[in-house]
Amino acid sequence: MAGSADAGRVLLAGPGAVLLELPTFLPPPDGAPDPVADALRVAALAVAIRVCVGRGELVAVDVVPGARTVLVDGVRPGDTDLLRSLLDEAVGAPAVGASGDGASGDGPLIELPTVYDGPDLAAVADLWGVDTDTVVARHADLEFRVAFCGFAPGFAYLAGLPAAWSVPRRGQPRARVPSGSVGLAGTWCGVYPGSSPGGWQLLGHTGVRLFDPAATEPAVLAPGRRVRFVPVPG
Amino acid sequence: MTAPRVTAPGRTLTVLEPGPLTTVQDLGRPGLAHLGVPRSGAVDRASAAAANRLVGNDPAAAVLETTAGGCTVRFGRAVTIAVTGAPCVVTVDGVGAPHGLPVTLAAGSRLHLGPATAGVRSYLAVAGGIDAPAVLGSRSADLLGGLGPAPLRAGDVLALGPPAGTGPAATDVPVLARVPGPDGVAVGVSPGPRVDWFTPDAWEVLLSAGWTVAERTDRTALGLDGPLLPRVVTDELPSEGLVLGAVQVPTAGPPLVFLADHPVTGGYPVIAVVAAADIGLLAQCAPGTPLRFHAGRLPGLRLPG
Repeated sequence: MAGSADAGRVLLAGPGAVLLELPTFLPPPDGAPDPVADALRVAALAVAIRVCVGRGELVAVDVVPGARTVLVDGVRPGDTDLLRSLLDEAVGAPAVGASGDGASGDGPLIELPTVYDGPDLAAVADLWGVDTDTVVARHADLEFRVAFCGFAPGFAYLAGLPAAWSVPRRGQPRARVPSGSVGLAGTWCGVYPGSSPGGWQLLGHTGVRLFDPAATEPAVLAPGRRVRFVPVPG
Repeated sequence: MTAPRVTAPGRTLTVLEPGPLTTVQDLGRPGLAHLGVPRSGAVDRASAAAANRLVGNDPAAAVLETTAGGCTVRFGRAVTIAVTGAPCVVTVDGVGAPHGLPVTLAAGSRLHLGPATAGVRSYLAVAGGIDAPAVLGSRSADLLGGLGPAPLRAGDVLALGPPAGTGPAATDVPVLARVPGPDGVAVGVSPGPRVDWFTPDAWEVLLSAGWTVAERTDRTALGLDGPLLPRVVTDELPSEGLVLGAVQVPTAGPPLVFLADHPVTGGYPVIAVVAAADIGLLAQCAPGTPLRFHAGRLPGLRLPG
């Protein structure tokens, strides 16, 4: 490994890939991790890497954002110095738009009409110590940011839920979560693009098709985009 | 897959018996991991590439990948085919045919691939390629992400592309796949991004242990049975990107080695990465295969100074 945790680290992921790790952004006063700030820095780093690839300064097959990392796969041996300097720039840049206050205007805003009829709406209300109408109002009031995709094509991990509203995953995952389900796990919000097993707390569902391989942009919730959920009647 | 897009009447392959798992594969969908799309593609890329070369195909042509049990198909027209990968009995209308060489079949021929006699995955290339519909630029079946053609079923009719016209590769030396020997396999690894989440002893254990390929083994990952790899960092790992060949160690289970249909991100630490050149060998490891890791002196990246 090279670099200290404070400066971010360049980690080798086999002979042809590098994992760039950002230091955790720890805002005052309580130093709690801020997934939105992490997501913004990760997004900026991923964009900077792609710009270099576009200019021919770097070769990469995949640039994969994570919660606090960017994996750059298919790189050449001589590229680690440039990747280190890109990481340094991302670390040094201020993280604009901290936790939930509405990030700066970069990135398109996606609005998802959502029917808040999820099977875990009452359970989340209990966890938050409020009624279900308040759960809906709180969730719909937040602006989320797509931090990264994983788990399934078009499944985006959305940052923006304040740490105080973190919820555990369900003790037992469901064998089948319906396509379009909107759920929470930890401080992440996610929308299932297809039916699959899942252990997230389900608040409702959206009818928007989130992944279409035939579309020009196959994933609606691509990294860097902003997302709001709009309550609609069922 | 019962509505073939045919470029000429009868230029089809009909599935008579699909075997335990036969899928269409090509070079996969690299470059889309940031959208949650696995790379997919043939797990034993060298064998798939060899099959395409033997029939004169473009390297990106789609082939059939069989798993352990083989398959039986019938061709509507005369075709040139080749079977590579795990050795198996090959018959044309019941008559023995070579593995690892191009074979010309008459129209209506019934081609049978028997169970693998060593290894796991065999590859069937047809001159012109399997012309299944492409999804995100690839005809590969991604069994994790659910993209591409479904696994073959009896009665499926697949279209075949037109032959490239260059003819099969001139060869009289059969192509042989790397398959496990009587003592199993030895596979090269380099340290993974989270090797420092494990004790120094854990790396030594990884390299010295006699691992066994687990029952839980598929296109997504090869499971391993073996010793515990102790960690020094017991935090949860925020999800991060995974590479092909990543040796991931879940908190409450034995390690997995990620293969073609691996998820693009994961939340468990990766202690090592298998050399790309050895992934095809892993593709040929059935449950029960003995496996050892060695720290190969692999060319590659250096850390920035």
